Amino acid sequence: MGETGEIDIAAAQQAMKGKHYLYECNDENACLIDLDEEPPRNMREEALTVAIQVGKLFNAQFVDEVQVMRKTVVDGSNTTGFQRTSLVAMNGTIESKHGPITIPTVILEEDSGRIIKDENERTMFRLDRLGIPLLEISTGPDIHSPDECAEVAEKIGRILRSCNVKRGLGTIRQDVNVSIEGGTRVEIKGAQDLALLPKLVELEALRQENLLEIKKELEKRGVKSIMTQIQDLSSTLSRSQSNVISGALNNKGAVLGIRVQNCKGLIGKEVQPKRRLGTELSDRAKTAASVKGLFHSDELPNYGITDGEIAAITKKLECAPQDAFILVADTKEKSELALRAAIQRLNDAIKGVPKEVRRANEDGTTTFLRMMPGAARLYPETDVLPIRLTKKRIDAIALPELLDHKITRYEKLGLGKDLAELAANSEHASLFETFVKKFNKLKTAYIAEILLTTEKNIRRQFNIAITPNAEDFETLLTALSEEKISKESVLDILKEKKPVKEILGKYALLSDRELELEVKKIVDANKGMPINGRIGKAMQQLRGKASGQKIVELIKKNS
Amino acid sequence: MKPGDRVKLTTSEGTFEGTLLPRPALLSSDITVLKLKTGYNIGIESKKIEKRTVLQEYQTPVPVRAKIVHDPALPTVAILSTGGTIASRVDYRTGGVYADYSAEDFVMMCPELSKIANIKAVKVMSMMSEDAVAADWQKMAEAILESLKTADGVVITHGTDTMHFTSSVLSFLLENLTKPVIITGAQRSIDRGSSDAFMNLMCSIKAAASWDGACVTICMHGTISDDYCTLLRGTKVRKMHTSRRDAFRAINDEPLARVYANGRIEITNQEYPKRHEGKTSLRELDNRVGIITTYPDIEPAIFEEHAKRAKGLIIVATGLGNLPLHNKKTVKQALQKISKKIPLFICSQTLYGRVNPSVYANLRELSIEIGATYLSDMLPETAYAKLMVALTCKNTKEFMKTNIAGEFTTRELDDAFLR
Repeated sequence: MGETGEIDIAAAQQAMKGKHYLYECNDENACLIDLDEEPPRNMREEALTVAIQVGKLFNAQFVDEVQVMRKTVVDGSNTTGFQRTSLVAMNGTIESKHGPITIPTVILEEDSGRIIKDENERTMFRLDRLGIPLLEISTGPDIHSPDECAEVAEKIGRILRSCNVKRGLGTIRQDVNVSIEGGTRVEIKGAQDLALLPKLVELEALRQENLLEIKKELEKRGVKSIMTQIQDLSSTLSRSQSNVISGALNNKGAVLGIRVQNCKGLIGKEVQPKRRLGTELSDRAKTAASVKGLFHSDELPNYGITDGEIAAITKKLECAPQDAFILVADTKEKSELALRAAIQRLNDAIKGVPKEVRRANEDGTTTFLRMMPGAARLYPETDVLPIRLTKKRIDAIALPELLDHKITRYEKLGLGKDLAELAANSEHASLFETFVKKFNKLKTAYIAEILLTTEKNIRRQFNIAITPNAEDFETLLTALSEEKISKESVLDILKEKKPVKEILGKYALLSDRELELEVKKIVDANKGMPINGRIGKAMQQLRGKASGQKIVELIKKNS
Repeated sequence: MKPGDRVKLTTSEGTFEGTLLPRPALLSSDITVLKLKTGYNIGIESKKIEKRTVLQEYQTPVPVRAKIVHDPALPTVAILSTGGTIASRVDYRTGGVYADYSAEDFVMMCPELSKIANIKAVKVMSMMSEDAVAADWQKMAEAILESLKTADGVVITHGTDTMHFTSSVLSFLLENLTKPVIITGAQRSIDRGSSDAFMNLMCSIKAAASWDGACVTICMHGTISDDYCTLLRGTKVRKMHTSRRDAFRAINDEPLARVYANGRIEITNQEYPKRHEGKTSLRELDNRVGIITTYPDIEPAIFEEHAKRAKGLIIVATGLGNLPLHNKKTVKQALQKISKKIPLFICSQTLYGRVNPSVYANLRELSIEIGATYLSDMLPETAYAKLMVALTCKNTKEFMKTNIAGEFTTRELDDAFLR
């Protein structure tokens, strides 16, 4: 319950589920605070600084005091049962090709645990992501087309990457909110790929259109509310060949069913490609009762349910020709919960588009996640003091260099356009700048290539994944700058996947004297060979120990 | 304009609509806190506000009370609520957590309780446990005695900080207890999904309804997961962590039982008094007791100051029961003087293990020359509680040395250490 004592619909819906939550954690990134066994510390200063930078870049208006709130989240993704969140800035704007887009809120919160396994009655979360500062930036209802949506998302992404935020898949996530005329605002979570945004918007608009059509049809048929009684069909279907039904009955479960008046043909109506109203009923049933799904008459006969059985069900439920029916087979308790959830969703259909939070599927369609939460799920975090944001404090925070600016600057340092963009976007950007200053004997582009492309090259050429750290890069570049190793050795050194300073000795260049001795040995051992053959031999044996040019010169001199 | 009103505030920067919230007295008063329509609270500098309009006045919500139906087939359990986190709500005046839940609210919050037992609810007091005084324990004991007339067991909801003091005091106050008295609480307030309150309460009610023991115990989480609660003897238990759910541990003792959320009770230690027919009566309390924790360079004056008010002293000594008797300070002389007037009792800071009056010369001086009484493996807080009761008995020292409520064990088993 929130401060006002109202029960939030989203919270109440989750509380019904009776699920078990398991948490996976390790000592490296989870402590008692993550396990909700110790009170939280204060908000991280650095995170607030980034939030303020972002707020400034959007020309937003800051609150005078940041109040940390608890947002009730009962899906288990937070060990506490809530997510800490605070509103930092309001009423910003960002320019798009089609005009200004408002940014109503910049919110700083903590990330939740991520789902590892979701079985019927237990969900497992990993806690490595829990508590990491997360910025939530919302846009106003000013985006009018799927393309514009992608443009704005990219623009916000570029602003974020100008600040000190994490990079990589999943670190910037887009929740899309879609509403069409007559529809409702629906929030879609989990779109990781910007390219998918236009399709998500398009398919959600389609879904809302179809739901509105269903609403119209229900009106036409005079359906004002779905009032129905749940009936036990276990004896009617006791000999069914359907795996789901026989499975449930063998497990001491039950098959329960309901008659849905005047809805024949509507439950099977497609609302998104390959997703029907029936799919939406099923999603709700799964979430509410942890069942595997439901059957509806518009999809039968199928799944082992025969015409004969349909006739028997129709008779038992007293269905008229224009009526539909729905079945759930599981334990009696769960089946009942599942049917109640389906009835609830059917009643929502009479009103049109329900207020939901949905999850993006890979094909651009969406699956029900939970009901849209309301304001009642927010109440103060009493363990953390509020934070004053004075004008002085905000003014003192410098703006980060914008990405476009950085790219131009890198080009001036001697990088080509592509490499400059790669460097500016990379999490090695600051390392790159340090190294450029430090190793002025090495070409800027060469430093950038080592930092940004060797990992990829080694993965492609040798199928080895390497993760060199800053110290490895620095050791490597120092050796190159002091001409202690040759450029040819760089890939060989890194692909060993060991700390560079430990293995560098193996790749040290030979001194001129040592090299001459080695070359003489090779010449002596291959007396009958033509000169090109000797050069080939020498190159093979002395690879990485001296520059190719030097080897050729010495072979010629000694032949 | 008062907290709870829906208001419109106009500042030089814009207009804000929302619910006006109270400002905690401990925070600077130049900020006005507003709950926006989105649910977020924001702080606005009060001096920036140019205009304030009330849109809708606050109306106190009417609480819904649960109706409790009596089921003659079920045992009866009395819940006596005393306050603490288990009974806490967010206080919008202070921004902190305050104790307000009455026992009926528990039944409404956790309807499953009514399937385990018929619940009779009594609100004995509403305090944070650190504020408890001797009179509060007396009041609790009286309420228990009254409830036991009709109930099959009693559950006390209590703040966790001093829960083990209360469990000890009640163990000695209630003479010839015939039914279980289970004390429980919460390390996480009930407003959050992860609260331990629900399971602690369910397991406690289960134990009060059907456990066959007749003594005062603490029933709290046994692990940080919601696996089971442990039933811990009231005189052999201590809060051993500031914040973990499984903070309460048996010291120099094995937990008596595990109580699972599904109602199963697994006995893990057979040594406890069983339910029986008989008459429970009350002993009395005298709070003129002091506890002194010693340290190497302690001033003799500290003992002397305490002795001015106290009628008995618990000295929490080091190791086997040592005090610095032979440094340049005059602790020994001070104690010799004090012990002529009031009894001295020795426990150990190690908590685990027992004190011994004769292993070292120092210990012999303290026990033989000064006449201090060594309290074996009794915990300091238990000794403090017991001494309050002992002071009202005819022979204080004799009462202290007699095993009244399992506060002494005769043998320490290897696996009772640090669990």
